[in-house]
Amino acid sequence: MAGSLQIVVCGGIVPNPLQTLEPTAGPQGPALKNEAMLPAVLDPWAWHALFEAANLAKQAPGSKITLVCMAPKAKLQQVMMTIAQKTVFELQPIDGPASGFVESADVAGELAEVIKGINGLDMQKLLVFGGWESASRGAGTTMQILGEMLGITDQFQGVDEIRLKDDGSFDVLERIEGGKHQVSRCAGAPAVLGWATGNLPEPPNNPQAGMANMRGIMPALQKARPAKPGQDGVKFLDVSLPSQRRETRVVKDTPAEEIARELAEWITG
Amino acid sequence: MEKILVVLFTQEDGSLGRTAFEATGAALGLAKELDGASVTIGIAGTSIQEAANALAGSGAEKILGAEAAELAQPRYATDAAAAEALAKAAGATIIVAPGTSRWNRIAAGVAHRLGGRADTHATSLAVHEGAPTITRWYYRQRMVAKLSRTNRPWVVSLDPGAVPAWSGEPSQATVEKVALSMPETAARTEVIGVEAPEAGAQTIRPEAETLLVTGAGWTKKQADGQIHLKEAEAAIMDFLRQTKASLGSSKSLVDQEGEGQAVLPFLTHMNQIGQTGSTPRHAKGLATCCHGEEPHVVGWRFITERRAVNLDANCGWAQGKADVLYVADAFEVMKKLNDLLAEKAPATPES
Ligand SMILES: Cc1cc2nc3c(=O)[nH]c(=O)nc-3n(C[C@H](O)[C@H](O)[C@H](O)COP(=O)(O)OP(=O)(O)OC[C@H]3O[C@@H](n4cnc5c(N)ncnc54)[C@H](O)[C@@H]3O)c2cc1C
Repeated sequence: MAGSLQIVVCGGIVPNPLQTLEPTAGPQGPALKNEAMLPAVLDPWAWHALFEAANLAKQAPGSKITLVCMAPKAKLQQVMMTIAQKTVFELQPIDGPASGFVESADVAGELAEVIKGINGLDMQKLLVFGGWESASRGAGTTMQILGEMLGITDQFQGVDEIRLKDDGSFDVLERIEGGKHQVSRCAGAPAVLGWATGNLPEPPNNPQAGMANMRGIMPALQKARPAKPGQDGVKFLDVSLPSQRRETRVVKDTPAEEIARELAEWITG
Repeated sequence: MEKILVVLFTQEDGSLGRTAFEATGAALGLAKELDGASVTIGIAGTSIQEAANALAGSGAEKILGAEAAELAQPRYATDAAAAEALAKAAGATIIVAPGTSRWNRIAAGVAHRLGGRADTHATSLAVHEGAPTITRWYYRQRMVAKLSRTNRPWVVSLDPGAVPAWSGEPSQATVEKVALSMPETAARTEVIGVEAPEAGAQTIRPEAETLLVTGAGWTKKQADGQIHLKEAEAAIMDFLRQTKASLGSSKSLVDQEGEGQAVLPFLTHMNQIGQTGSTPRHAKGLATCCHGEEPHVVGWRFITERRAVNLDANCGWAQGKADVLYVADAFEVMKKLNDLLAEKAPATPES
């Protein structure tokens, strides 16, 4: 069995992907129209990172998971209702915007402050997890900057698997071009892992974990530190919805053969 | 006055990939429109002369080279050190990079070290009112933004296939070497290999003209009340073999493995297209047995022509998401289509 780990999972929240989004001009730059009203979820790849953290913690007994999350406090509370059922973690909330238009460097700075302040932080045991790209900014920049701020240069992005060994070293599978994985062997913590989908299904709800989590989550949310990451230095000239409607020709009641012929021409044409 | 630097990593064989020429083309184009701007090319690798020669005719002011044995491995610590050294040597204010997995692993980390900022997944680089601007997408391809920055250096990584590649004849290049000192801790990570999801089933082909998307319908009970996995597999693989198309999938289909349902063995999450999948670039896309829901279709943003085969005339594709929707049984259509393709160009026998 590997020695215990401190796994910090970083994740923001994003509007539920089934929502229709519209940009609008906010006081500090672009924003989402009615953002406060949109139902939110934990950023999907950070969500996967959390499952992976839970799975890894099982392989390294005594490990602890901390979820560091920057989002508007009230929204975060809603999202926590679902997340809390999945695995036991300690929440370190930051009360700030969830917008994709906010600078990732500023977000990373806030996350770094919180992580540095974790009680009993041991860099030799620290694995910093997060989604490799958010569903808002989709840049894959926050985790890298955070790693730099924490002095961690063993960084992996687009991770689909970690294989932990008894001596604390691990192999990491990162997505590379052409649907392949690059396999790297890392001597051990500290490291930054930006997760892609991984291989784990969503864990079933665990009401006991939910109860244990909520006892810590509510007071943590009340004390959430406020943060104001900005958009310094960046000027948005235009944010718009793409024109996406096509004139769809619907071909019905046509023999498969005829359809196949049309498709063959199109494909080889 | 902007000092534009293109930073490129060589491939395993010392050459440059297509995206390197795209980044070079974008940087040269930008410089042309910016008063007094210059372009330097920085190349990192174990041995970079061949790559430098390939860009000798680009008209770049200088070619810088950073060579080290450690750069044989795409690894954060050593790649970031090389990119940082090149940027400092060039005094770069704008760093243009190809959006490869290698560059996207380090882009923001390097920018942070240099005191600048990074924007990844840029789809264009242009000049607006005298200032460099980029286009990039937000909220998983649901919104597009045009932005500029006063932060320097500004690292911009360009999505593969988004801009035209520079092309020109190779010639002998003069390379100015940049000294590298690799961090001692770099050896903590060692790249030990590459794993492909399934030996022999290389289905993701970013360069392909056509994308074939498979949806969960392929593994669902059909009109006869049965599941037809073997036929599904044969129809899909035959099409891929004949057309050399790339294979994409809906999330529902790739998720089935984790859920213990019927699966197509050659699909993994890497094939997934959409909001939590990829957004590939292809001239044509054909969706089969896929409902065309919004979280899936956002991954089609850069597919130019779109057609779908679905039994349901009211599926998502009918709602202005495809150019043509064929309301038909994909099993039948694909089989006939494969037969026709085989007639048109007899497939070479498989080795
Ligand atoms: C947070 C989140 C993120 C998501 N991200 C993604 C994503 O990245 N990518 C993605 O794809 N989805 C994503 N989704 C899921 C998405 O909303 C849909 O559930 C999913 O795309 C549906 O997949 P499907 O169309 O293959 O399956 P289904 O909805 O089950 O559709 C199957 C289709 O097959 C058709 N069919 C069946 N048999 C035949 C036949 N013989 N011939 C022709 N047609 C047939 C049926 O008519 C039906 O339309 C996400 C959802 C959420 C909540």
